[in-house]
Amino acid sequence: MASSLIGSRVERKEDKKFLTGKGRYTADINLANQTYAYFVRSPHARATISKVDISKASNAPGVVKILTGDDLAKDKIGGLIAGWKIVSQDGTDMKCPPHPPLANNTVNFVGDHVAIVIAETLDQAKDAAEKVRVDYKVLKAVVNTGDAMNSKPIHDGIDKNLCYDFLLGDKGKTDEAFSNADKVVKLDLVNNRLIPNAMEPRAAIGDYNPSSEELTLYTASQNPHLSRLILSAFNAVHPEHKFRVVAPDVGGGFGSKINAYAEDVVVAWASKKIERPVKWVAERTESFLSDNHGRDHLTHVELALKNDGKITGIKVETIANLGAYALVFATVTPTYLYAPLLIGPYDIPAACCNVKTVYTNTAPTDAYRGAGRPEATYVVERIVTEAAKEIGMDQAEFRKKNFINKFPHQQCLVHNIDSGDYNAHLDKALELSDYKNFENRRSQSSAKGKLRGIGFSTYLEACGIAPSAVVMSIGAGVGLWESAEIRFNATGNVSVFTGAHSHGQSHDTTFAQIVGEKLGVPIENIDIIHGDTDKGPFGMGTYGSRSLAVGGTAIVKACDKIIEKGRKVAAKMLEAKPEEVEFKDGEFIVKNSNKKKTIGEIAFACYLPGTYGDIKSPLPEGVEPGLVETSFFDPSNFSFPSGTHICEVEVDQDTGETKVVKYTVVDDFGTIINPLVVEGQVHGGVAQGIGQALYENAHYDESGQLITASYMDYTMPRADNFPEFKLGFTSTPATSNPLGAKGCGEAGTIAAPPAVMNAVIDAIGEDISMPATSEKVCNALQKNKKNKEAA
Amino acid sequence: MQKVSIEINGKKVSREIEDRTLLSTLLRDILSLTGTHIGCDTSQCGACVVHVDGKSVKSCTLFAADIHGSKVTTIEGLARNGKMHPMQEAFKKLHGLQCGFCTPGMVMSAVDLLKNKKNPSEQEIRDWLEGNICRCTGYQNIVAAVKEAASKM
Amino acid sequence: MKGFNFHSVKNVKEAKKLASGKSAFLAGGMTTIPAMKLRLALYSDIIDIKNIKDLSGIKVSSKSLRIGATTKHAEVASSKEVKRAISSLAHLADGIGDPQVRNRGTIGGSIANNDPAADYPSACLALNAIIHTSDRKIGADKFFKGMFETALKKGELIQTVEFQVPDKSCYVKFPNPASRYAIVGVYVAKYKKEVNVAVTGVESVVFRCKKIESALKSNFSSSALDSVKISSSGFNSDIHASSDYRAHLIKVLAKKAVAGCK
Repeated sequence: MASSLIGSRVERKEDKKFLTGKGRYTADINLANQTYAYFVRSPHARATISKVDISKASNAPGVVKILTGDDLAKDKIGGLIAGWKIVSQDGTDMKCPPHPPLANNTVNFVGDHVAIVIAETLDQAKDAAEKVRVDYKVLKAVVNTGDAMNSKPIHDGIDKNLCYDFLLGDKGKTDEAFSNADKVVKLDLVNNRLIPNAMEPRAAIGDYNPSSEELTLYTASQNPHLSRLILSAFNAVHPEHKFRVVAPDVGGGFGSKINAYAEDVVVAWASKKIERPVKWVAERTESFLSDNHGRDHLTHVELALKNDGKITGIKVETIANLGAYALVFATVTPTYLYAPLLIGPYDIPAACCNVKTVYTNTAPTDAYRGAGRPEATYVVERIVTEAAKEIGMDQAEFRKKNFINKFPHQQCLVHNIDSGDYNAHLDKALELSDYKNFENRRSQSSAKGKLRGIGFSTYLEACGIAPSAVVMSIGAGVGLWESAEIRFNATGNVSVFTGAHSHGQSHDTTFAQIVGEKLGVPIENIDIIHGDTDKGPFGMGTYGSRSLAVGGTAIVKACDKIIEKGRKVAAKMLEAKPEEVEFKDGEFIVKNSNKKKTIGEIAFACYLPGTYGDIKSPLPEGVEPGLVETSFFDPSNFSFPSGTHICEVEVDQDTGETKVVKYTVVDDFGTIINPLVVEGQVHGGVAQGIGQALYENAHYDESGQLITASYMDYTMPRADNFPEFKLGFTSTPATSNPLGAKGCGEAGTIAAPPAVMNAVIDAIGEDISMPATSEKVCNALQKNKKNKEAA
Repeated sequence: MQKVSIEINGKKVSREIEDRTLLSTLLRDILSLTGTHIGCDTSQCGACVVHVDGKSVKSCTLFAADIHGSKVTTIEGLARNGKMHPMQEAFKKLHGLQCGFCTPGMVMSAVDLLKNKKNPSEQEIRDWLEGNICRCTGYQNIVAAVKEAASKM
Repeated sequence: MKGFNFHSVKNVKEAKKLASGKSAFLAGGMTTIPAMKLRLALYSDIIDIKNIKDLSGIKVSSKSLRIGATTKHAEVASSKEVKRAISSLAHLADGIGDPQVRNRGTIGGSIANNDPAADYPSACLALNAIIHTSDRKIGADKFFKGMFETALKKGELIQTVEFQVPDKSCYVKFPNPASRYAIVGVYVAKYKKEVNVAVTGVESVVFRCKKIESALKSNFSSSALDSVKISSSGFNSDIHASSDYRAHLIKVLAKKAVAGCK
């Protein structure tokens, strides 16, 4: 589909509202007769509750209602769910504890929900919440990932706090590769816990209409249809056909707005009980405590090598921290979104990965931008870098020696990679980063008293999530197709409904570019509508870099149906056979003639079939009036973006302060619809990846208190933490969707952490864990100095 | 209760408000100017930045009663006669926003920078934006947009 | 936020009259308001002192620099007088918080709050400041008592901070990457007869580092600090920096400050 709209830097259609203060986020919505909710949350990481006394609070000024876990149980409101069943290597199903939206008898992390206080004003709700008396018996908390399996179970019946013990790969074959290896390289790695921190705090408003018996939930969600499904089918809040979920403008997601959260369930249910709207908006501290966190792995990895630098096997053991409960994508993130990617873009014949996920008294973890793939890439790119160093090969040469070169390529674990050219992006990145002059730059830094290091990360991602047949066979509770509906209106403009959701991804623009390209309609006349279950068809939402590859393809297919119907109508009007009519640039043309009709004329005819003044627009027999088409697309495979990141850091030898001073990215995303948007996605992803490597860390103390519960202590990267990133692209189109698109939203977050850490370690000559804070780097420098002096 | 009279986006406004009313609360909840956003509770994210008497401030850390008699400009008041401010235009042209949540504060802060410095360097822009957190853009296109606006103003 | 009564006062007398055990003076509010929002601080009355005319402004003489209590950080940072008299002080003010904080926050507020990681207290100690209050003059060495604790009595209001102009001086701060407060801040000021080195961010309250001062007194150069050993005993230790790291940074920053003195 080479032409003008696809691939052009179209300015965003959605920008004007955001730039003029006219965006409409959930917190901006105020409904008549609205009440305000505040949640009473556990101040303890682990406790049993003997009593929740609301008597004093209920009499506080302005209080409308206070509801607890008992009320929830009485109304038979169901618990929150894990959406993906993982089976342990011994064949047993994963173990998940009950997860009531308001605590029953136990609380399991600081911030766990105990009661909702509903009042006429927010201040009144907060005042009253202070008067709710909860009798806690505090129990010893299990906090650290590494301690969980050796600690007493925090949930009844979940031995060793183990959710599952998962194995992927051929252990025998991998052991054989290791016994035949010339060299084995080993590393122990920590993937630090992160807090997603979308800038819009979560918010939810329940609005029950007792007349129509319809329930509306406004919520900051990445997937309103999925939320409605879960709230109906599992939480039994309200029947699906009477339930509308609206996710209006949403201020960033990064995975933290996938889940149907306790607050969603409770405000929806509460508004039914009091028959008034109930509004809740998270304060940032609540977001820190109760949004899903991400990552938190401990990993041991080993790589088997031949003397010539050929990798023959990889072995990985990981413990992943689920936090207190299992959330929607929490169980698949450290398994199928993680383990298959441990081969990276390399041709490794044997691989094996064991993942144990554990429960602890911390906030539940789930998908966070990249979800599993950053964790895998960190493991692969760290160990590959170490291996190249140990056998004394150049980082680029070592990678090239091991890259997959022929496509399609069936990897030894799961994925069948359809397309790619890894040498191409690596070569381009070497050039763009001026790799050959790195040693000069190192000397220049040295002259300023700074240590300079360089780090590589050549990543392979699997996204465009996902083929339903595949994912459902490995435990997904739903298929991961996507939907689109195109309504070509009688007056010639187009309404496009998508099940994907834009919370920064720019769908209003990029999807309009696709439709404009396909149907020959100016993008000003195309409206992309999403985020309201009452408007479009059921869709799975936006995560896993799937919107374009899956949702965009559904749009393409719906466009194709519009064209096919239009062709029949045009043929009738132009007195030709449908096969004689071609469609190009918005016009239906009879081959070898000048007879044509615009698509607008055809749409008009579809809505006004018959004679209208001079216009005769009869529909062919058997063709229904109207021009509306729906498509549901289920991809045949994942898509596989890849790329090379090269990072250079400078370290202050005295303070340990580390700064990224040069950062180069070359990505292969297949077909790019809008380079302006794609570059923005890469910038943001890289920034989050650098954030993980140098700055961000969710820190719990021994008792399970979250120490980093505000921007005073959780380091959010700011503008002055980054240099200008240098970007380039190569392209091998995906074969699993007609657009050839691969997905770009997560790549930066996936590739950046190892690129940065490899650079830091190169600079200081010591292995340290993320985040590479100034103190850690400083200590490592002193250790290095002592070692050198001793030697 | 306090009687507060302020000029907001060129219009005189008087309201009886509770003493504890923050400027952000006055704007969002009382005057329905919801373009000013609240992204944190420790005065750090900068989503709430507006101008009071021509200077950028965090409206979540300011009592409305405290600025009685002042002139306030919010993101809604930046465009003139339906035409966006050069800073808004530059953010659009260079994709300086994604989810849009931090954007109003970011734009208001950037406009104040250009009042103080006509042609800031990249580093000066990055330093000035210390009080505005963005999670989407990696700041690169924001910095580029501020430079672009500086060249147009 | 809990309710309170807001008062805007025109003079010091009025402010003092309204003050009580449950009241707070409000200048910029950059610390007070967030604490109130998080319900960490409760007051019955908030007394806004910004409209008291005499409390704001900058005055320089050959020996001293006087800054009114409600003078904003941005005003100090951009003041030509301050830059000329004590440029390190303008530099310090320019590094507090972010531009929006500097547009509201005041020197008096910062000093009265006495956050253990605030910048201004180190300037007061190093620059032999005298804090002029509504009731008396207090030397900086007697002013900063403990964590968030000062010599100010109930209802006593800071009016002016008077700094002694040094021969040369420099402030170097290693900021907390999250909050951007000082993990360690070292203020070095050289006078004819003495060298003052004040350290913030390290203990519960700002202090003068006598070891470094005595090393610099005989030889005012970075290398004079090579052999100085700073013990971390009693230093703050938190997720951002251990006490040992803070001790290490004091020396590193002090050397940078000496080298940067002008």
